[in-house]
Amino acid sequence: MMDAFQFEFMQNALAAGLLASIICGVMGSIVVVNRIVFLSGGIAHTAYGGIGLAFFMGWPYLVGTLGFSLAAAMIMAAVTLKARHRADTLIGVFWAVGMAVGIILIDLSPGYNVDLMSYLFGSILTVPDTDLWIMGAISVVIVAFVAFYYADILALSYDEEFARIRGVPVTALYFLLIAMLTVTIVMVIQVVGLILVIALLTIPPFIMERYARSLAVMMVGATALGMVFTISGLWLSCSFNLTSGASIILVAGGAFFLNLMVQRFFLTSRKNADG
Amino acid sequence: MPENNVQSDAFPLVRIEDLDFSYSGRPVLQNINLSVHENDFIAMIGPNGGGKTTLLKLMLGLLKPERGTVTVLGDRPDRVSHQIGYVPQNVNINPSFPVTSLDVVLMGKLAPGQRWAKDKAQNRSDAVAALSRIGMADYIHARIGELSGGQRQRVFIARALVTRPKLLLLDEPTASIDSRGQADFYKLLRQLNAEVTIIVVSHDLPIITGYVKSVACVNQRLHYHPHAEITGAMMEDLYPCTVEAVCPVARVTHPAPNTPV
Repeated sequence: MMDAFQFEFMQNALAAGLLASIICGVMGSIVVVNRIVFLSGGIAHTAYGGIGLAFFMGWPYLVGTLGFSLAAAMIMAAVTLKARHRADTLIGVFWAVGMAVGIILIDLSPGYNVDLMSYLFGSILTVPDTDLWIMGAISVVIVAFVAFYYADILALSYDEEFARIRGVPVTALYFLLIAMLTVTIVMVIQVVGLILVIALLTIPPFIMERYARSLAVMMVGATALGMVFTISGLWLSCSFNLTSGASIILVAGGAFFLNLMVQRFFLTSRKNADG
Repeated sequence: MPENNVQSDAFPLVRIEDLDFSYSGRPVLQNINLSVHENDFIAMIGPNGGGKTTLLKLMLGLLKPERGTVTVLGDRPDRVSHQIGYVPQNVNINPSFPVTSLDVVLMGKLAPGQRWAKDKAQNRSDAVAALSRIGMADYIHARIGELSGGQRQRVFIARALVTRPKLLLLDEPTASIDSRGQADFYKLLRQLNAEVTIIVVSHDLPIITGYVKSVACVNQRLHYHPHAEITGAMMEDLYPCTVEAVCPVARVTHPAPNTPV
């Protein structure tokens, strides 16, 4: 296994995967306990519109994509906060329209054509050093922010109304969290692709949710699980010459279903013991 | 309403004057007047959709009145809401959330501009004391989802009490407790009433009147029955009673002429 990780591109891929695991473990736990997985998917797909806009206008990737995604995410966040029961429809519309806008804009862009596949599954094996530094910086900012506002984030996530009564600046904090989530998604998409972002944001936190006794433990556990999935996925992809992003997701998905089966088994055996 | 004059002249904890409120054009509360004084123990009864929960949320500053004023502890509700203990109606918020009873109670220690990390040990021992006081000492480190509805209710009450508020608002707190538990629960509230002013929204009409000091009927309008008017014995006679049988306000929405108060 160690042989594969001698190469520099593999080391970079490993570093990118581990950093993505940290960011996604922390933000993904917030996403899962707040039940905003669909909103995250909406942000990730709307980001494609931003990629198209950046290419069409000749702007740098980050300016176009982040700007476009942040604007769309703020609108979606406002709707989820004000009219939760209508939010899923609007997110679905943004999701589809964002993708379509991106594709049309790239059609219209002269010359260069972005490969949709590299956007979906990323290119973890060709991550440049600069992207690693940016991801590293984002991880530090996110972990520091969440640690500082942990009590408020916990209260907001558990019982928004009560948090408001206790004087937590719920609206501001919620928008800030969604903005951070958008930055996370846009950055990590560039490195590991849209599908892997959603997988890392949801699968490790979901597995941990049942076993953790606090949000903090859930974040740490999800990060660790994400790292295990990333390392084993990369190893599998090297050993069997498979697409790396898809391998990581399949490992995570396998663990997800294994966990469901284990829980089901324990649940039924406990029930039988009680009966 | 003239009933307010019956109460003491001391400055009320809560004063609601000429309040109207509607949800997207549909009137929910009309011309509400109420003064809540120290050591009151008020049951708020009325049909579903009558505006009881809305009235609590107006007192907490979660909603803004369309007309009229709400003053709590002499200030605007949203400025002092952190001094009110609140037990919401739904105890089944996020049952799979990874959080222990203790951490839920600690949320009650949050206050504007003040992080609980400052006085961690003190807050922790306060939270443990609040849980012990309501008989939840054995469940301090239990995950909130592992508790029964009634136990979760107690955790929420501890969360409301941990800051020793002057005013405690409870929204249908016994909805997930069986009838034997209900009596115990109201006994607990009566003990707490020695130091806390309590308003409790409830449907447990026959039981609750044995414990509270006064009753407020809410159905778009509010009718306040001070102590003398509704006693436990009188309510027992009405068993099994409905809001309609007790209070003229309950008939406001029906075509029958409104009984003058």
